[in-house]
Amino acid sequence: MVKGIEIRTSPHLKRALNVQQIMRSVVYAMLPICAFAIWQFGLSAALLLATTTGAAVATEAWFSRLRGAGNTVADWSAVITGILLGLTLPPGFPLWMAAVAAFVGIGLGKALFGGLGYNVMNPALIGRAFVQAAFPVAITTWTPAFAPSRFVELIPTTLTAPFMRPESVTDWIAGLGVDSWTGATPLAMQKFQHVETPAWDTFAGLVSGSAGETSALLILVCGLWLAWRGCLDWRIPASVLAGAALTALPFWLVDPGLYPSPWFVLSSGGLMLAAWFMASDMVASPVTPWGAIIYGVFIGALTVIIRLFGGLVEGVMYAILLGNAAGPLISAWTQPRVYGAVKKARAKS
Amino acid sequence: MSNGTSQDPPKGAGGTWRPMIARMLAGLRPASARPGGHGSGLLRIFRKRKTFPHGIYPVEHKEWTADKPIRRLPFAPVLVLPLAQHRGAPSQPLVQVGQEVVRGEPIARAAGFVSVPMHAPATGVIQAIDLAPTPEGPKTMAIFLKVYQADPQQVLFDTGHDIDSMTNEEVVAAVQEAGLVGLGGAAFPSHVKLMPPKDAVIDTVIVNGCECEPYLTCDHRVMLEQTDALVRGIRLIMRVTGAKRAIIGVEDNKLNAVDQIRAKLPANLPITAEAVESKYPQGAEKMLIKSLLGKEVPVGGLPAHVGVAVFNVGTLAQIGDLLPKGRGLIERVVTVSGPAVTNPGNFMVPIGTPVRFLLNHVGTKPTLGQVILGGAMMGMSVSSIDVPVTKGVSGIVALERDEDDPARRQVYPCIKCGECLKACPINLNPSMLGELAQAREYGLMAQGYNLDQCFECGSCAYVCPSNIPLTQYFRIAKSINRERKN
Ligand code: SF4
Ligand code: SF4
Repeated sequence: MVKGIEIRTSPHLKRALNVQQIMRSVVYAMLPICAFAIWQFGLSAALLLATTTGAAVATEAWFSRLRGAGNTVADWSAVITGILLGLTLPPGFPLWMAAVAAFVGIGLGKALFGGLGYNVMNPALIGRAFVQAAFPVAITTWTPAFAPSRFVELIPTTLTAPFMRPESVTDWIAGLGVDSWTGATPLAMQKFQHVETPAWDTFAGLVSGSAGETSALLILVCGLWLAWRGCLDWRIPASVLAGAALTALPFWLVDPGLYPSPWFVLSSGGLMLAAWFMASDMVASPVTPWGAIIYGVFIGALTVIIRLFGGLVEGVMYAILLGNAAGPLISAWTQPRVYGAVKKARAKS
Repeated sequence: MSNGTSQDPPKGAGGTWRPMIARMLAGLRPASARPGGHGSGLLRIFRKRKTFPHGIYPVEHKEWTADKPIRRLPFAPVLVLPLAQHRGAPSQPLVQVGQEVVRGEPIARAAGFVSVPMHAPATGVIQAIDLAPTPEGPKTMAIFLKVYQADPQQVLFDTGHDIDSMTNEEVVAAVQEAGLVGLGGAAFPSHVKLMPPKDAVIDTVIVNGCECEPYLTCDHRVMLEQTDALVRGIRLIMRVTGAKRAIIGVEDNKLNAVDQIRAKLPANLPITAEAVESKYPQGAEKMLIKSLLGKEVPVGGLPAHVGVAVFNVGTLAQIGDLLPKGRGLIERVVTVSGPAVTNPGNFMVPIGTPVRFLLNHVGTKPTLGQVILGGAMMGMSVSSIDVPVTKGVSGIVALERDEDDPARRQVYPCIKCGECLKACPINLNPSMLGELAQAREYGLMAQGYNLDQCFECGSCAYVCPSNIPLTQYFRIAKSINRERKN
């Protein structure tokens, strides 16, 4: 009746959710954001996303061949890095630079540390930080959203030949016939001209900016779905957003003409995307529940401080990289209190 | 997403449409709200049940057997009775090969205080005293009893006790004489627990009716069918320990048992039955104490140090049943269930019945891949189904093979998702412990990260999306540390 029963060690049951499924869910959650980016910025955004994803996957495959320990592309984490990177770049970003960013992100940011699970920082942000330093002009060249010709022609900078400087887009934009184009994102307008874009426009994403960061609303919905699926620790985005709003609040109360409202802070720039999809990167964030909250608040507060007082328009990228760097320390501070620990001082948790 | 073990219910478990709908609903709910997840926990704030922090919600499939009354089975041709089926010193045989024994007759005596005697579970003849397989693998000495199938199997050793007039010492001695051990799985001699350390005063007896292990329903049936014996046992134990009150903790997936017990509880006695949240490992002593009393057993201490003694419902029902009759423990209730079982159920099984005999009786599917003694979370997978049911075995769970699901088996590096920290009921950091184990830093695991507090409940390994065998790592680390100390 019985032949060849197996011996295993307990527990004999296993929850169905595994790494591959979590990663795939994150990819699914980003697809609507990609679709919105393409709808908003057209062919260039589509090519940009395809390039970063392709380059990230190829880099991952190459490094996993070098390591000789099986193909790690199948865990989908490189796909996430690729898409995420594409979403944070300006839509007209030259494709060859985007490929460099993906290569640096996966290579320097992840493979060098030993691959998935060992990277200290978010690989997509490493890639972006690299190109921000290397190509400061290209990464701040913004183009208008909803250009009428976006599905028939590329933004001229997209196809810049490798190692060439991208041409200027000013004439091209002028020829588009988009009214009221100032060449600045809502964040820059607020910072330098103190003009706050109407809240609904930034929240819904009807503004220009990086390819995938514009619609805070859409990002929020996708992020909530992911948290509901159990594939994301809700503590992190919640505390990033709370940290940012609470830091911005006193300044705005003092001088609403000069400083942005907490509402604008939350809905503009890359904060929403970063809070839900980058700060929440499991590997690079603290593993302890309290650590996750401290880390989130730290990132949120730092982002606002950089935005208000730093030289940069957007600070969330550096805030997260700093948060990542502090992660292991935060984890070490917030080791859980074991059941029955003799000092009864903290009755919490 | 399929849930690890097959979701197919055994035939006859309430038709096919009910589980089908349940499965469809399970697919719709998010991983965090599904019993397997424990993610946000936000939805649970509104559920006001006593509980402990952390823990997991595995799919339990108790509905396969919860409504099945305890049934008796025929005797197996030969019963195998290991001398070491309890914690402590193995019993010493009182019989010789070829000797005839009557059902209920003592066949081995206790070897010291932390040890118990053994009684013949059936009338028959001693066939051999020899090595027998154990679930752990290595063989152990056992008495082989060939059953006289034609015998009426009356229990002849009824000395009888008037439990109300017995002194506490006499009760403790009688509990030992009855060969009673913790029937919840620990198999620790029960009378030892009745003698708490000198520096502790017991004020509360907690009666553990949680039965948090998936698939198992034997305690549930005991609470429903042996309520009077259970209440008798509780009153006796309260008297002996000097406890001022008793609380029966039952998971809220067995509310009919709570009602049944409440209906039978004598008024004016400080005994209450309370529902606690259905969550694994609610039935662990430390967790149940936290849930019911909000107290934590101090590290390195015993429940007695917070004034508590915890007994399993099955053990107390046996005390309440056996002591007045003066009989020994010769049978117990066992749930036989699992996806690979055709006709799951709850059975009154003579101690020593081989697992093979039981499985033949309930029928197994060709997909059978693994047989577990005890529960699916903490039980032990057997290498041979010739091992017998011993006093501590509360269930036999037969799982299907799952080789065809490599996604479940592939091990990834730790992705620091923190799920294990949110699952560990002891509030350890299994992620960190796992990394230290891989680096062979066993000493640091114990000194810096409380390895010794881990009671191998399996919650961390259950949730880990990287499929890291955390619990097994910790088991190995602990045994290595133990060896180094010696
Ligand atoms: S097995 Fe140990 S470390 Fe893992 S959850 Fe249980 S008590 Fe915690
Ligand atoms: S050990 Fe597993 S559950 Fe724990 S943090 Fe790492 S991947 Fe997550």
